[in-house]
Amino acid sequence: MGVKWLAALPFLALIVGMFFANRTEPYVLGMPFILFWTVLWVVLTSVIMFIVYRTDPVNRGGDRS
Amino acid sequence: MNSALIVILLVLLLSIYLGVQARRGKTMNLEQWSTAGRSFGTLFVFLLSAGEIYTTFTFLGGSGWAYGKGGPTFYILWYGALAYILSYWLLPAIWRYAKQHNLLSQSDFFVAKYNSPALGVLVSLIGIIAMIPYLVTQLKGLGAIMQIASYGSISSTLAVWIGVIAVTIYVMASGVHGTAWTAVLKDGLVLVVVVFLGIYLPVHYYGGIGQMFHAIDQAKPGYLTLPAKGNSVYWFISTVLLTALGFYTWPHAFQAVYTAKNEQTFRRNAMVFPLYQLILLFVFFVGFAAILTVKPPLQGSAGDNSLLVLSVQTFPKWVVGLIGASGLLCAIVPGSLLLTTSATMISKNLYKVINPKASDESVSRLAHCLVPVVALIALYFTFNGQSIVALLLMGYSLVTQFFPAIVFSFMKRNPITKWGAIFGILAGELVVAYTTITSKTVGLLLPFMPQWVKDLNIGIVAMVVNLIVTFAVSAFTRSAGAQARSAVNA
Repeated sequence: MGVKWLAALPFLALIVGMFFANRTEPYVLGMPFILFWTVLWVVLTSVIMFIVYRTDPVNRGGDRS
Repeated sequence: MNSALIVILLVLLLSIYLGVQARRGKTMNLEQWSTAGRSFGTLFVFLLSAGEIYTTFTFLGGSGWAYGKGGPTFYILWYGALAYILSYWLLPAIWRYAKQHNLLSQSDFFVAKYNSPALGVLVSLIGIIAMIPYLVTQLKGLGAIMQIASYGSISSTLAVWIGVIAVTIYVMASGVHGTAWTAVLKDGLVLVVVVFLGIYLPVHYYGGIGQMFHAIDQAKPGYLTLPAKGNSVYWFISTVLLTALGFYTWPHAFQAVYTAKNEQTFRRNAMVFPLYQLILLFVFFVGFAAILTVKPPLQGSAGDNSLLVLSVQTFPKWVVGLIGASGLLCAIVPGSLLLTTSATMISKNLYKVINPKASDESVSRLAHCLVPVVALIALYFTFNGQSIVALLLMGYSLVTQFFPAIVFSFMKRNPITKWGAIFGILAGELVVAYTTITSKTVGLLLPFMPQWVKDLNIGIVAMVVNLIVTFAVSAFTRSAGAQARSAVNA
């Protein structure tokens, strides 16, 4: 099991999570919950891709083409 | 001439200047023109892809959806994020293959992978049919933006002509180099304008973003979430998944991948892009801010103008000019990429197939000359087309059908044959065309199904048909091919 499987989480957050997140309450950071859930996962997607990038062996060895 | 107009014209002149000077020091053969000689570093590749995030569709449509539809708007943030996850693995593979085989267009990719110029012709034709309405929406958006932002002193028709002439000049001169340089100006301006509007307007009219959402929820209960029917959770999930697949199957997005200097670029961008697209959040805020403040309320598709109407109502003229200018660039940048891509495909994957003896030089010359021709066709539909929104939605579903043939081609042993790919794509397209032209939804096709099935995006049906036909035809042609081979050997 590689770290890259973390990248499946945002898909689960959409396919399973949206059924629970489709609501306005509670408001978080001024946003209705459905929007907060969306923004949260957009940010987490960046974080996950950062982790994947750092642990992926293809990215070692600098910036060669 | 008012100050808004002066700002818009200055930005337009600056963009033409940047676009034309981009050709300096380069011999404009077809490879330079369409793929920049595979020389772009992280920033330019980033900006070319960002051209996809902020088009007039997102600028006006994103706020328009927030204004007119509410909760379902959030799908735009989701599909972007998921598309970037796919891009981490998909784009380096596409780039590597394109570099090895010296590909210039998306159709070239299919020709090389499946060893079939016929598949290239098919994909070119579908790509062009899908891209023209895309170009037309950009032009229509450009017309609306200039008309409102110039306080009516420039008609939408005149604005569209000015915009098209500007784009044609620099695309003919510099191709994708010009697009990259104007994208620098565009993203800088859009970033500042959108973040400012998205924070200022909710604070100015409601006292804050939280107060704004509470006020909307009180005035229109249920508006901020997904409804039980229609644009329901099932619609949301199926639409996000399909559009995420379609993100990089657009011919111009695909061709832009070739411009990169190395494959590292894409993996690095995949980390940054999800965060970057959060700027769309501010576009949504503007649309939401307009809901209780624009009087009289905008009806139907006029909701796409909510951002501009609210801005005219709120700001002095020079600020409106800056907003108008950023909207203008949001049309010009993707518009120029669409022109470059369609001209490349017509000259290389249609003309060159019909006339195989054509020299590289004459193919390149033809591509340049096709730019004004494609622009004129788009202009015709801009002024005469009525059902263009339907066509654009169809465009997205059309290009999504390329996805299986692209992905399978990267497997160690490609499970599908060229005939499987050809008939699969054709079958998928037929479903898309039939359901769009007759405006069928899953609900109308299958009225006995439960509500959640009826709400599914119709593209799912097309994709399933595509996959079934792809595998059936592949199995048939493969065993027929094996029989023919054993007959030869016997």
